Amino acid sequence: MSAPYASVNAFLGASLKRQLLLAYRRPVDTINPLLFFLLVVTLFPLGIGPEPAQLAEFAPGILWIVALLASLMAAEGMFRQDYEDGSLEQLLLAPQPLYLASLTYTAAHWLVTGLPLTLLSPLFATMLQLPVAALPVLMLSMLLGTAVLSLVGSIGAALTVSLKRGGMLISLIIVPLYIPVLIFAAGAVRFAAEGFDASPQLLLLAGMLSLAVALAPFAISAGLRISVDAG
Amino acid sequence: MSAAQSSASALVSVRGLGLERGGRPLLDGLDLDIAAGDLVLIEGPNGSGKTTLLRSLAGLSRLGLTGNIARHCDELLYLGHRAGIKQLLTPRENLAWACRSQGWDAAAIDSALERVGLSGRADVFCQHLSAGQQRRVNLARLYLSFDAGRENSLWLLDEPFTAIDRDGVAALAATMAEQVARGGAVALTSHQDLPLDTPLRRLVLGGGP
Repeated sequence: MSAPYASVNAFLGASLKRQLLLAYRRPVDTINPLLFFLLVVTLFPLGIGPEPAQLAEFAPGILWIVALLASLMAAEGMFRQDYEDGSLEQLLLAPQPLYLASLTYTAAHWLVTGLPLTLLSPLFATMLQLPVAALPVLMLSMLLGTAVLSLVGSIGAALTVSLKRGGMLISLIIVPLYIPVLIFAAGAVRFAAEGFDASPQLLLLAGMLSLAVALAPFAISAGLRISVDAG
Repeated sequence: MSAAQSSASALVSVRGLGLERGGRPLLDGLDLDIAAGDLVLIEGPNGSGKTTLLRSLAGLSRLGLTGNIARHCDELLYLGHRAGIKQLLTPRENLAWACRSQGWDAAAIDSALERVGLSGRADVFCQHLSAGQQRRVNLARLYLSFDAGRENSLWLLDEPFTAIDRDGVAALAATMAEQVARGGAVALTSHQDLPLDTPLRRLVLGGGP
């Protein structure tokens, strides 16, 4: 195992580049969650009426629930291809720590799902009549919150990757863990929309992200080992 | 299996290995040393635990495993049923990733691809290659490993000859012989005999179901 540590940065760079290249060559995985988000957000004015005040009241909750479902959808297939083509086995045998590999997989996943969602969220928010003053807080909450969702979703994806139909199970595993993000992120946007200071909620989200970055890769690694073993 | 070799020089040593899959015992009390210079052919009918044994030796399977497996190799190359090849990457990109930690250069990758007869297809997406060609991309890793010349290198190959043509099988077997002659070790499962003069250790696994 010669010098795997001297090249940690090189490994992180190479791994991230590979994941992004794969995402670029299969853009449908990136576009699907965004389309889903767009479709559902378009349905709400039709379902609950186009009354601006009413929409604006529900907008924070709607935006975050849809973001959560989009993230759930994207998380499911995260390790599927790698499991099926055997890349996961090779990753487990590599001299580099699995912790780092888990981190780069999640980072790449967030870059192609969470980040586009964050960048497009002002557009969706405007469709739901969210006050313009709340847009910066919405984007910040999306930035922090979707990263937590990606990390937590990866744990579920790692645990269920060897199952043929893991869809429902992954929801049962990770939706309870998504709930704190939903509460505080939607709360932050609601506070901002009503003209209050949203920084406590945003700081809590940042705290959750720090915790998830530090600990989730351990859980992801363990989940991947179990799944490959069981396969 | 003879445990005559001193376990100090063994690249992997197994003591009292018991394996169970789906409530059925596959192995019981297996002792095995694979030392530098060993070419071990693991044989047995389908379902006798060949793949599970190889995966355990690699450290991928621990479920239902009793006993002790100690690895002392500096390089472990495991090629399983699943190729570990990304369909959306080219053979060159796949190999560059596979040998990332050794820092092999582009010339080494080119030469490995040439030796498996893929030099003209190095920049085609793997999904456009045939099954045999995809196996060959994977087998190019053996040449890369060989060219890198690491000490204490252990290859664990699960059915390496699947979907490979006759000339390919001969070349592959010759590479294994070279690897063994150089002080590495190879353990493989196969249903066909190796076209080789190199002394072979055979490990025949149980009666199957």
